[in-house]
Amino acid sequence: MDWTALWLSLRLAAWTVAILLPVSILMGRYLAYRQFRGKGLVEALVMLPLVLPPTVFGFYLLVAFGRASPLGEFWQEMFGTQLVFSFEGLVVASVIFNLPFAIQPAQRGFEAIPVEVREAASCCGMSPLASLWRIELPLAWPGVMTAMVLTFAHTLGEFGIVLMVGGSIPGETQTIAIAIYDRVQAFDDRSAAIMSAVLVGISLFTIAITFWLSARVGRRLS
Amino acid sequence: MGLEVTVRAEAPIPLDVAFRVEPGELLALVGHSGSGKTTLLRTMAGLWRPQFAQVRVNGSTWLDTAGGVDLPPHRRRVGVVFQSYALFPHMTALQNVMAAMDRADCAEAQRILDLVNLHGLAARKPAELSGGQQQRVAVARALARRPRALLLDEPFSAVDHATREKLYGEIIALRAHLAMPVVLVTHDVNEAQLLADRMVVIERGSVVREGTTAEVMADPEALRAMGIREVAAMLPAMIAEHGADGLTRLEAATGPLFLPTVDGAVGASVRVRIMAHEVILSRDRPVGLSAQNILPGRITRIVPGRGPAVTVHVAIGADEILSRITRRAAEQMQLEPGQGVHAILKTMSVARHHVAKAPATAADRLQGE
Repeated sequence: MDWTALWLSLRLAAWTVAILLPVSILMGRYLAYRQFRGKGLVEALVMLPLVLPPTVFGFYLLVAFGRASPLGEFWQEMFGTQLVFSFEGLVVASVIFNLPFAIQPAQRGFEAIPVEVREAASCCGMSPLASLWRIELPLAWPGVMTAMVLTFAHTLGEFGIVLMVGGSIPGETQTIAIAIYDRVQAFDDRSAAIMSAVLVGISLFTIAITFWLSARVGRRLS
Repeated sequence: MGLEVTVRAEAPIPLDVAFRVEPGELLALVGHSGSGKTTLLRTMAGLWRPQFAQVRVNGSTWLDTAGGVDLPPHRRRVGVVFQSYALFPHMTALQNVMAAMDRADCAEAQRILDLVNLHGLAARKPAELSGGQQQRVAVARALARRPRALLLDEPFSAVDHATREKLYGEIIALRAHLAMPVVLVTHDVNEAQLLADRMVVIERGSVVREGTTAEVMADPEALRAMGIREVAAMLPAMIAEHGADGLTRLEAATGPLFLPTVDGAVGASVRVRIMAHEVILSRDRPVGLSAQNILPGRITRIVPGRGPAVTVHVAIGADEILSRITRRAAEQMQLEPGQGVHAILKTMSVARHHVAKAPATAADRLQGE
């Protein structure tokens, strides 16, 4: 059992969720309420990581993060490290490829709030921020919660993009999914089996938590 | 003082309307769906901004498109009861009311819930309340905002007839506590006549008629704009006796009036809406008629309409009722102002929802004059 890889995966997933939570709420809310030209294009762009082969997406990220790219250059100057083959690079990649999982369910959650309820909040004297906190978030919470759980679970399981952008450096970029692959390559079926089982356990646990939470919220609302 | 509204717009529908509501007064904006009345309400609330509009309340400006003033709804101190009520589904009735307060005050919220007859239901979620109860929570929430203006958008359209009658009575009773201008948006003329002090009739975005409820309801032109022949008068009366045969005897200035059972205790004041087209006129006191109500009075005015009908105003004591008859009948009977006539009203022609409790507000005394 490779605890280092598991710990790295959990850290990566936690960072991704932490960064995507505000993005999920703000973008989901914006896309749910606003009608604007090119909205379809923005929604398509958000969904793109879902349909692109991970290797293709990973390849573009690799190029974008490289020292020759403006982003890679900026990162190098700011932090003195390179973005590719580093944990930070992995977090950035993870945030990008999780966008569809983080935004879509939240958007659906906000879309389900009747527009008069939002208007009523504002007529009750609530500023947009107060309305978000007291009315919209509690009502859209099942959607936001689903988004975060999907993001967490998907980060644990992502393989292709992580391998392309991070390689497989133990303690830096070797996630549990990649560690399992490495174990299988080394004919260490026993370790691969244990780690796979642990991953199944964690995934089941997170999904169960989501169902339990959304059922609870559902009861609270109805 | 009061609420002053001026709106001119081309889209989404052409609008050119101005009106004013005094403190404590209830103004009904009456019109068909699509006439622009809801757009006016949304403009007052700050949920819609027309090309040109001014909304002033008690001298302070909420919206002035020319002057660049446009307060967002949460800074307008406006109470709105939405057609769908738009209660917060995750909050209890009490929390809904407290959500509209600047500083959450549980005791005060409880008091407001009592005011709208919701004692004992404070802990219920909206989904656990009936339509009528939800409407009461919506009214309580709008009042908890301590609004400078109270706006009601078709607040009775989502409940059944029986509940509606009860809610009318409650709104009338509540008016004694309301010192702010109140605007009621409705397509229901009966509702407007029972509840409002003044009416503004809107058709295709402009004002067809504006005046006291009695004036507007006596004006066939205004009513035609609403597509109805509902010219009607309001007659104040008192419940005198509930008969064993299902008839209630009311005492009005006109003498006794027999109607199908009217809700309320003996001695309670009510107002009865009498449809002009249900009133027959006779110069002599008729005998042998099945109609139970024969009211002697004097013709004050005969108002011709554009069609074949005329509206005859008949003073009965201090009150007035209207009769809508054909021009030909009026000529044959040689009716003239000053003449004595008998107005005949069929007992079953007054619908239950045309009887309402009499309000006890200053505004009502004005209307009675």
